Amino acid sequence: MNLMDLTTFGLVGGVLMLLTAATGIGQLLKRQTDTGLNLAVIEQFNARIRAWWVLCAVLAAAFLLGREATVVLFGLLSFWALREFITLTPTRMADHRALFWVFFLFTPMQYILIGLNDYALYSVLIPVYAFLFIPARIAMAGDYKRYLERCAKIQAGLMICVYCLSHAPAILYLDISRPAAAESRPAAEGPPDAEAGESRPAGGSSADESPNARLLFFFLLVVTLGDAFQYISEKLLGKHVIAPAISPNRTWEGYLGGVGCATLFGTAMWWATPFEPWEAAVMSVVITTMGFAGGMTMSAIKRDRGVKDYGTLIEGHGGVLDRIDSTCFAAPIFFHFTRFLFPQ
Amino acid sequence: MTRTLLAAIARFLSGASVRWIDCQPDTCQRVYFANHTSHLDPIVIWSSLPADVRALTRPVAAKDYWEKGWVRRYLARQVFDALLIDRKHIKVHQSPVDLMLKAMGDTHSVIIFPEGGRNTGAEMGEFKSGLYYMAKKRPDLELVPVHLDNMNRVLPRGEFLPVPLLSCITFGAPIWLEAGEPKTDFLNRARDAVRRLKDA
Repeated sequence: MNLMDLTTFGLVGGVLMLLTAATGIGQLLKRQTDTGLNLAVIEQFNARIRAWWVLCAVLAAAFLLGREATVVLFGLLSFWALREFITLTPTRMADHRALFWVFFLFTPMQYILIGLNDYALYSVLIPVYAFLFIPARIAMAGDYKRYLERCAKIQAGLMICVYCLSHAPAILYLDISRPAAAESRPAAEGPPDAEAGESRPAGGSSADESPNARLLFFFLLVVTLGDAFQYISEKLLGKHVIAPAISPNRTWEGYLGGVGCATLFGTAMWWATPFEPWEAAVMSVVITTMGFAGGMTMSAIKRDRGVKDYGTLIEGHGGVLDRIDSTCFAAPIFFHFTRFLFPQ
Repeated sequence: MTRTLLAAIARFLSGASVRWIDCQPDTCQRVYFANHTSHLDPIVIWSSLPADVRALTRPVAAKDYWEKGWVRRYLARQVFDALLIDRKHIKVHQSPVDLMLKAMGDTHSVIIFPEGGRNTGAEMGEFKSGLYYMAKKRPDLELVPVHLDNMNRVLPRGEFLPVPLLSCITFGAPIWLEAGEPKTDFLNRARDAVRRLKDA
């Protein structure tokens, strides 16, 4: 089913313009050698923009194909992120069977349940069932060396890369109509392009999905903007480093600047979401703060493993996990906050 | 068709990133020699070659493993066109080296694993002498070292279901047998050439 409508097209158009502008600035900076800016920083900036173009194109394609396609896309992202996570995490031969089930049972199962909109199951599949299965299966393999550590690493990988990220496409299945609007439905209260005020059964496929698509878009945009503005404010204003041992780049100024700017943007976009302006502001603060937390956590894990990027160990693979760390942390929290606002 | 499809599947499952260092894919006759940690190794190297090179390259694999069951037999014979070597009954007048050279003719390349079997430790095992005799009998062959990283976690010894972790294949600069170079020196040099690619 097509998730696009006029408002969504407007949003996509706006993002395309932003990206084009950013690409232009990046190319301009690359040409000018006397700006006093570090060449490596500019190259990094351009690499990020390239990644956003790819992300944007893939996302647009998935939106055009419908929400099932979007779920599949996020499933593949999870799969790839988990590959990177486990590749960097030392496991032992005895973990092989457990890992097999993690990759080929729990990961697809989580996304199938998302697609079926079975909240009761997908919210516990990994935190309960997989959580118990992994240590049991590893114990049965009979190798106790660093046992707890190995279990915890696989559990953490599955939680972050699959469980957390899967809450992003789950946004597409939330019922986000206001109760007040629902009462006056027959009186053509709904958005003009909705299919004649049709009621929205939970997870119904005939309902208009574009408000949900816009909400997911809003979420991803605020996460990305939060990242970008944090990066910029760190470069321009960064003084007070938060945890030098974890990441020498992350400063309080960067965090506050990132949250501030992204929140301004997010609030200004309230019209595209089901939120009131103040709700959009709170959501933006929550999303960017969680995104920041995700970046910090992943930096800590990378430090522990002695690598800078998840992409560098295996050359040629773009480091999916580097790109989606903030999304992973922000998605479940944003999902639940939205659920609280719109009781299902 | 099947070959292209299976090569794509193998590449996806092994998540292999391929690097060519001081070496380019070429259809000239080559012996690719690699460290051996998993049953998937021959397939992964074979599938990481460009299609035209792949068509001329035959993996050398153990007969006792690849003759077992119709799936493996089909894959080895019809898809990879593997050269199956009997590890258990080696005959004097038909040594593996002669078989390989005969199968190569003057067009094909082969993929071999000079350690003989899969090693489980972190260190590479000693190289068997086959590589030396091949180089001596056919000095025109390019001997290309190949290093496989992380494949032992994708499909460890004794497992039959792969876990799709990421791996890395590195092709290095070709080596040749120097005039009058002793066997052990050459084999150590070849082993070092593979080992060096790990950090290259």
